[in-house]
Amino acid sequence: MSYVLGLKCRECGQTYPQKGVHVCELCFGPLEVHYDYVAMRGKVTRESIQAGPHNLWRYRDLLPIDGEPRSGHHSGCTPLKRARNLERALGVQELYLKDDSANYPTWSYKERVVSVAVTKAVELGYDTVGCASTGNLANSVAAHAAIAGLKAFVMIPHDLEQGKVLGSLIFGPTMVRIRGNYDDVNRLCSEIADKYKWAIVNVNLRPFYTEGAKTYGFEIAEQLGWRLPRHTVCPTAGGTILPKIYKAYREFIDLGFVADNQPKIYSAQAAGCNPVVEAICAGRDLIKPQKPRTIAKSIAIGNPADGYYVVQAVRHSGGWGADATDAEIIEAIKLLARMEGIWTEPAGGATLAAAIKLIASGRIPRDESICVCITGNGLKTVEVVVDQLEPPDSIEPRLEAFDRFIARHAAGEAPPLPVAVSTGT
Amino acid sequence: MAVKIRIPTPLRQLTKGVDLVEVSAGNVEGALQQLCAKYAGMDKRLFKQPGELNRFVNIYVNDEDIRFLENLRTPIQDGDDVSIVPAIAGG
Repeated sequence: MSYVLGLKCRECGQTYPQKGVHVCELCFGPLEVHYDYVAMRGKVTRESIQAGPHNLWRYRDLLPIDGEPRSGHHSGCTPLKRARNLERALGVQELYLKDDSANYPTWSYKERVVSVAVTKAVELGYDTVGCASTGNLANSVAAHAAIAGLKAFVMIPHDLEQGKVLGSLIFGPTMVRIRGNYDDVNRLCSEIADKYKWAIVNVNLRPFYTEGAKTYGFEIAEQLGWRLPRHTVCPTAGGTILPKIYKAYREFIDLGFVADNQPKIYSAQAAGCNPVVEAICAGRDLIKPQKPRTIAKSIAIGNPADGYYVVQAVRHSGGWGADATDAEIIEAIKLLARMEGIWTEPAGGATLAAAIKLIASGRIPRDESICVCITGNGLKTVEVVVDQLEPPDSIEPRLEAFDRFIARHAAGEAPPLPVAVSTGT
Repeated sequence: MAVKIRIPTPLRQLTKGVDLVEVSAGNVEGALQQLCAKYAGMDKRLFKQPGELNRFVNIYVNDEDIRFLENLRTPIQDGDDVSIVPAIAGG
């Protein structure tokens, strides 16, 4: 059983039963899962959540599944880390990192949405799942399909990082590289979903899929001791996660699990693909699509489907947006690694760099709690740092050789402290 | 100019299941207007008001989003492929 009433169009309110549809037949607006929050009162509680398993299914009462979970039994419950070193470097009082680079089994936030989508695909009777992906989603779909015993078709742009390609292939899906950018892949998948009756997780299962992203926000709140950070900085690509984190916060507020501290949410993008941040900063609702040019491929989506809802959530919360150049992204990746021991992909670098700018510009006050969303793992994108790190010396296996190395090393330049981005505007 | 318009699933109930509709027009707006004239209810699905598409409707001519071309005024040639694609999520 679940608390799901059905699907409802976010634009015109038309309702639909639970099935593999994602847009309203009346107005093309996106469909969203609609819950019976009244029935949850007194039954869904902090205690009922705490009694649940140590994975994202502890929040299943707030997720759209009717039967038992088919995957994700080890996904979610990732670290929320107090970033003491970054606090000192950036001059802020309370900074947290929600670290989905440690999400299992494919090291990104996508485990959350895919666990729900794959479970729903089985419930709805599909035998094949698929996706359009910039890499992380493909990895996750391939792995979770393997777990649930489904066939997987994953479609990616032709120029992805090798780690992201291999990170899917190892799980045995059918992978197709599409000669085009993500937006081209996305469009093709929309037509594929129409023609082949497959569960394309981010197309016809989108209403269920996106709900999984709420667990990222639920975890932040629970791990902070049932309170919300005042400021949350989140990357934006297609626009799934940011509105869902905000929705998670609002649901916990409405259910009385956390106090309403009027949480503000901020969108981070790469400067080379910033259609949402551009709209936020210009005070526009309209998203102008772009042709992406950035190393942050996982967030290089020039025509973000849910961009409009990102703008709405940011504006409603009183937040803002910021973007980061490729150079700033790389600096921030190094800063995060050297200060906090987390190796993130360029999306995480863009998010930290954007947070630093929002702090420097005074948009985010230094004396209030801040959470930076790290949603992907740097091991998949070694290409972006391979030329940025000094290759190590090699020496003969003798102590004198090592002594000479130490003498050379001491005489050489001290490695620069990686705080260059902290004064960014 | 004779062009084919690709109809996505959510709109096929209006076209009685037809997925390719042939029309003849000089630009995208003309082509869509013909489509709307042919099928009752299409106009409300595609257009917020005359000359303005609904927020979640994407139109492609061949492989290019018309927002990178000349929007509704984008000219079309004989044999062009016009697609109506609902916005979708991902990453």
